[in-house]
Amino acid sequence: MSPELGHLAVIAALCLSFFQAVIPMVGSFVGHRSWMRLGHSLALGQFVFLGLAFVCLISVFIQDDFSVAYVANNSNTLLPLHYKVSAVWGAHEGSLLLWTLILAGWSGAIALFSGHMPQTFSARVLSILGFISLGFLLFLLFTSNPFERLLPVSPLEGRDLNPLLQDFGLIVHPPMLYMGYVGSSVPFAFAIAALIGGQFDSAWARWSRPWINTSWVFLTLGISLGSWWAYYELGWGGWWFWDPVENASFMPWLMSTALVHSVAATEKRGVFRSWTLLLAILSFSLSLLGAFLVRSGILTSVHSFANDPERGIFILWFLVIVVGASLLLFAIRSPQMANSTTHRGWSRETILLVNNVLLVTSTATIFIGTLYPLFSDVFQLGKISVGAPYFNFFFVPLMIILMLALGFAGFTRWGSTDVNLLLRRGLFPGLLSFFIALLVPALLTDSSSGSSYSFTAGITLFVSAWVLFMTIEDIYLKSRGSWINAKRFTCSYWGMVIAHIGLAACALGVGMSSSYDEQRDLRMMPGDAVKISDYEFRFGGVNRVDNANFVAFRGEVSVTDKTGMTINLFPEKRNYKAGGQVMTEAAIDASLARDLYVSLGEPLQGEAWAVRLQIKPLVRFIWLGSVLIGFGGLLAAFDKRYRRRKKVLDGQSNRGGLAFE
Amino acid sequence: MKRLLLVYTLLFFSIAFGLDDLVEFSDPLLRERYDQLTWELRCPKCQNQNLADSNSPISLDLKDEIHHLLERGLSNQEIKSHLTSRYSDFILYRPQVNKTTSILWGSPILILFIGGWLVFRLSRRSNELKQENLKSEMDKQRLKNLLDSGTIE
Amino acid sequence: MNKFAVFAPLALFLGLSMILFLGLDKDPSILPSALVDKEFPEFDLMALDDEHRQITREELLGDVTLVNVWASWCYACSVEHNMLNKLSNRGVKIVGLNYKDQVEDAMLWLENLGDPFVYSVSDIRGRLGLDLGVYGAPETFLVDAQGIIRYRRVGVIDERVWRNEFRDLYAELLVEAQ
Repeated sequence: MSPELGHLAVIAALCLSFFQAVIPMVGSFVGHRSWMRLGHSLALGQFVFLGLAFVCLISVFIQDDFSVAYVANNSNTLLPLHYKVSAVWGAHEGSLLLWTLILAGWSGAIALFSGHMPQTFSARVLSILGFISLGFLLFLLFTSNPFERLLPVSPLEGRDLNPLLQDFGLIVHPPMLYMGYVGSSVPFAFAIAALIGGQFDSAWARWSRPWINTSWVFLTLGISLGSWWAYYELGWGGWWFWDPVENASFMPWLMSTALVHSVAATEKRGVFRSWTLLLAILSFSLSLLGAFLVRSGILTSVHSFANDPERGIFILWFLVIVVGASLLLFAIRSPQMANSTTHRGWSRETILLVNNVLLVTSTATIFIGTLYPLFSDVFQLGKISVGAPYFNFFFVPLMIILMLALGFAGFTRWGSTDVNLLLRRGLFPGLLSFFIALLVPALLTDSSSGSSYSFTAGITLFVSAWVLFMTIEDIYLKSRGSWINAKRFTCSYWGMVIAHIGLAACALGVGMSSSYDEQRDLRMMPGDAVKISDYEFRFGGVNRVDNANFVAFRGEVSVTDKTGMTINLFPEKRNYKAGGQVMTEAAIDASLARDLYVSLGEPLQGEAWAVRLQIKPLVRFIWLGSVLIGFGGLLAAFDKRYRRRKKVLDGQSNRGGLAFE
Repeated sequence: MKRLLLVYTLLFFSIAFGLDDLVEFSDPLLRERYDQLTWELRCPKCQNQNLADSNSPISLDLKDEIHHLLERGLSNQEIKSHLTSRYSDFILYRPQVNKTTSILWGSPILILFIGGWLVFRLSRRSNELKQENLKSEMDKQRLKNLLDSGTIE
Repeated sequence: MNKFAVFAPLALFLGLSMILFLGLDKDPSILPSALVDKEFPEFDLMALDDEHRQITREELLGDVTLVNVWASWCYACSVEHNMLNKLSNRGVKIVGLNYKDQVEDAMLWLENLGDPFVYSVSDIRGRLGLDLGVYGAPETFLVDAQGIIRYRRVGVIDERVWRNEFRDLYAELLVEAQ
């Protein structure tokens, strides 16, 4: 019964999305108030129906109803309950339902929190979101229906969830990531509504900013979770592989980051209006493109869903229509906008432009690198691969330049800034950072003979310290040294500060763990010990342990540090019963200073095993830094300024800006 | 960059208690090159993995071959040629720099320079206000900026 | 932004879309052979059925040959094997390359499924396979009478594959060999 109910609920949502796409938009042109208002109820209604469908799908999993094809392919009676639930979004069809649910959620949020916006505008935004929902629901119902049945003969047992996905990471990473991915449709809808209405004042920027920031925060956290998950799950200690699916999420993030900064200038100074609108369009376009790349099978990836070129065609057409129409609208409408202020020299506008250029160049590089193999194949230039060496080659220097520019950001002024002032502000922090960059790697080489200074560590330390010190100096000067003053800074300001420091922390983690990472692949017998850096690793052999749906070969490695304290780690090699897959479960001892990462390779002759031992200094900073970045963004989004809006605008009525049509 | 950090990795630890590394080298510098090469080379069969992280049979064979060639004294470039003449350029994660990859290697630099030039031009241009309708908006903006000056947003 | 630059994103996007449409027909996991139009590598391996007989590259010269990479542990090879039997009956000369296998297992496998091969060489360590750029069985190389590799297929050969990928080239090479 519940699969049919879920199916019907999706169909109902489809109908609602159709009306949501059409009626409010038409209403906004003819001025029909109730039609415009209808968009709000339709969006909320869609959310209710898709929520119902989602609950139905969850219940089908929990009940082990293998007459539903999706359940039969992705679940198993032996699967623990919490994984049965998260298996709902573990493969293509279910994750698509999650996508549409989240899209309905964002639309519903707009419906609830758009009271301060003019009705024509919010009606158009909801219509655009409705159109996107329509596209995805059509895709779901016609090519990827999670409620499809295997009747009359249903299997008695499911094929099991991919063991790699039987993990906490699956519970958190996709929902968070989709919140961000799908959330980028909101700034997109705002941009299109602005282009349709010809509404180009900075009020638009002020409305959009909290939505832009919030969806960006989710994407930040989603990608960070993905990286962390890959790190502990895949078993060999990497946390970023420049894999096409990872790049597919990273490109919208970079573009959204550029957008977050560009819209700040648009709000405060009315500049870069066309550019901000274009960024909003491109961010979402990259998000759609990402969905296409991941689900069509056009690129090879460890992360991709089951591939189906037919589905690829559908998404591609949808992509062409949505993005093509948006860019056409942009081309036609945008020349009508002009900047309302000017800037020159080393102004804040210029620094934000520098930020944008670097982020857009990074995005373009990753884009070209990811798609080049396809490009080469299509044009018969041969099959090539583009991987980490290429991406690192460009991305790292670009980020270094970005962080150098970031340091100066706080001291720039709108309109124009004295470059000598900037240099003065930078002098002391610069010297201090330089000193640290020289000293720390030098100290770290003393403990061992023959090693020399690590330049990558030096550069890392310089840029991270630089950002930190310049930010602190900015806080100090702005508050005139008084904590009381500092407490009165806005959430926006503190959000920015925290996000920038988060970036510095993240960069520190990346650079230091890369520079001082130690790894040994050894053949170990029970009782063997090896000393790496200040740690002694002792191998205790491997035991067989039976679990619900897998058999584990559990190794024991005890690690003793120089103070004599010992930790026991239990890496595992798992054989999953249902599908026969073999998985490596690493054992990690995490701390701020370093991770100890131990994993089992293959069993060798006798009782010997191949064991991989790693020490990864400061690697936790990568994810802690990105959490800080997310937190900063969230703080900025909830600045009182945006919440105060309704009262202010009530008093002001329609003064200023172009008339709302 | 990877090469540097591997040197420091190597030189950083003390000697193991007579344990075998899975892959033995007569010279630590060979190991460093081995790590670099297996990081840069792609497993021909896997779903986008490098040789270092892959345990598929073909990866193990290729790693063996690299080990063998390193001990024989071939340079990194020679080893890569040896392998690409058998498995094509597909196994290189660092694409060759030649005519077909000129767009690949050249575009990022080109885009960066175009971007930089645009920023430069924009920061020198002097724009006058174009639309009167925006004037009151501008005033509101200016007032706000004067009040907010000193606070970053 | 000037009048025409604003159309640039749209133009670029449309170009990209066309490439993506074309790309949907491609399979990203199939590698091209690096050895097309190159000489079949030198080798000196034991014949599978006769441990006293060594086979070298010389034996491939003079005839148009299919060299099929197979193994008893390879499931797909057993799927393909029937087709090879048929081809051999039609007069196609097929040489087997027994890849990283045990001689006993391989001989037993041929006994059970039939032997379409004029002879098979035993590449126990996979060295010839590596020289050929083999990354997974079954693979089939079409070698002309001068010992030059003209085509490589990764994966099972069935009637359709033979018709589309091999038949015409094979016929051509036969004519050339006259």
